[in-house]
Amino acid sequence: MRKFKEFIIEKLIVICGLASIFFVALIFLFLLKEGLAVFNTVGPFKFLFGKSWYPISEPAQLGILPLILGSLLVTLGAAVISIPIGVGCAVYIAEIAPAKTKEILKAGIELLAAIPSVVLGFIGMITLVPLVKSIFHLPTGLTALSGSIMLAFMAMPTIVSIAEDALYSIPKTYKEGALALGATHWQTIWRVMLPAASSGILAAVMLGIGRVIGETMAVMMITGNAAVMPNNILVPVRTLTATIAAEMGEAVVGSEHYFALFAIGIVLFIISFAINVTADLFLHKRQQ
Amino acid sequence: MVKFEIHDLNIWFDSTHALKQVNMEIQSNEILSVIGPSNSGKTTFLRTLNRLNDLNTSFKMTGAVELEREDIKRIDVEVLRRKIGMVFALPLPLPLSIFENVAYGIRMHGENKKKVLEDKVEEALQQAYLWEEVKDRLDESAFKLSGGQQQRLCIARTLAVGPEVILFDEPCSGLDPISTAKVEDAMIKLKQKYTIVLVTNNVKQAARVGDRTAFFLSGELIELDKTDKIFTTPQDKRTDGYIRGKFG
Repeated sequence: MRKFKEFIIEKLIVICGLASIFFVALIFLFLLKEGLAVFNTVGPFKFLFGKSWYPISEPAQLGILPLILGSLLVTLGAAVISIPIGVGCAVYIAEIAPAKTKEILKAGIELLAAIPSVVLGFIGMITLVPLVKSIFHLPTGLTALSGSIMLAFMAMPTIVSIAEDALYSIPKTYKEGALALGATHWQTIWRVMLPAASSGILAAVMLGIGRVIGETMAVMMITGNAAVMPNNILVPVRTLTATIAAEMGEAVVGSEHYFALFAIGIVLFIISFAINVTADLFLHKRQQ
Repeated sequence: MVKFEIHDLNIWFDSTHALKQVNMEIQSNEILSVIGPSNSGKTTFLRTLNRLNDLNTSFKMTGAVELEREDIKRIDVEVLRRKIGMVFALPLPLPLSIFENVAYGIRMHGENKKKVLEDKVEEALQQAYLWEEVKDRLDESAFKLSGGQQQRLCIARTLAVGPEVILFDEPCSGLDPISTAKVEDAMIKLKQKYTIVLVTNNVKQAARVGDRTAFFLSGELIELDKTDKIFTTPQDKRTDGYIRGKFG
C-alpha cells in the first residue's frame, strides 16, 4: 500500500513537470495549424515583406512588413533609452548607493514592475502623448517615440534587477585586486566590474527587450496604430502585438484575415524565442 | 630607516574589536612576517596599511598609521595604494594575455606608449622571476600558467605600478611546495628594493623568509622581534605555544 502511494505521487509529480512543456508544444502546434493556412493564399515572402496591410479590402493585402518594422522601431527606441539608464541604475545600486538609498531604490523598482501595463499606457496617453506632440510640433503625439519611452519604463525593472544581480555576484576579490593596484572607484567599475559582469548584463538587456517586444496594451494605447511603413520615429506605427489584439475580435473565424493574425503570432513566437535563447546562452556563459 | 609607524591602532567592525592597541614600526627593506591563528587580526592589520578596510562600511579605526611620517589618511587613497602594492591569497589573473595582465595597472595610470609599456612589463616580470618562463609567450592567456606562475604574475602586476611596499596576504596558501619556494625566492630578492609585509599561516614560511616576525593573538600584538629570536627564545609563553603548534 505504501509503495502504491509512493508510485502515485511520483507519477503525479512527473505529470506536473511535463505539463509545462506539453502546453508550450500544444500552443505552438495550434499556432502552426491555424497560421500556416494563410500561406495557401499569400506566399511566405510576400507575407513577411509585403508593404501593405489591408486585411479587409477586396482582395485582402496581407503584408506584415510595416508591422514588423513598427515593432522593431518601438523596441529599438525603448532599448536605446532603457539600456544606458537601466545599467547606470544597476551600477549605482550595486556599487555606489549607501545601504538605505539602495533599499529604497530596489523597492521602487519592484513597484515599477508591479504597475499593470494598461495603467502605464493610460498615464502615457494623458501625459507623454501631449508632451511629445507639443515638443516636436506634430499633428499627433501618438508616435513610435511615445511608445518607446513608455516601454523603456517597462523594460527598466527587468534590466536593473538582473544587471544588479550580475554585478553583485562578481567575486569581491576582483574589486579589491583593482583597488589595490591604485585604481579609482570609477576605473574599477568601468574596467573590471562591468567587463566581468558583461554576460549577465547582456542577459538582462535581452530579457528586458523580450518584455518590450511582447508588450501589447500600452503600445496599442499610445503608438497610434497606423499600419503604414514608418520612415522615422515621430510617426504613428502599429506593432505586431497590437495588430493581433485589435483585430482578432472582428476577424471572421476561418477567413484569410484570421489565419494571417495567427501567422503574426508565429512570427512573434519565433522572435521572443530567439531573444530568450540568446539571453539564456549569455546566462549560461556567466555560470561557467 | 623606518617605513611605517603605527601608534595606538584600534580597529572595530561594528562591535567586534579586531585590533587592540597595536604599536609597532616597520623598517625599510625588511621582510616582516605576521603570524597568528585565524581571527587574530593579522589580515585586518595588513589591509589597514593600504586602507582596503575602508570598503567595509562597519569599519572603525582610532590611532594612527604613518607612512614615512605622513598619516596615511592624509594621502590620496589611489596614490597610497600605488605606493603600497598588495598580493592576495588566490592568484587572480585577469582574462587577458600575460603581457596585458602586467600592463593593466600601468595603462590604468595613463601610460599608453608601446615602448614604455614593453620596458616596464619586462622589468616587472624580471623582478618577479617569471620573465625567463614566459618571455616567448607573452601573448598567451594568463590562465595557461600554473598556479605558482600565476601568483608571480600577480606579483609582477603589482610591481609594474611602481610601489615602495608590497603586502602579501598568505600568497602561498594555494600553492605546491616547489611553487612556494619560487615565490619565496622572489620575495627575498625583492626586499633589496621594497619593504615587504607577509601575512602567513605557515609558521615555517615566516621562519624561512622573515627578517622580523610579529605574532598576533585575538587582535593583540603579543610579540615582535628578530625572526630567529622569536623561533628560538620567544619572550611570551603564548608565542612559544603557537610556533610549536600547540594551538591555532
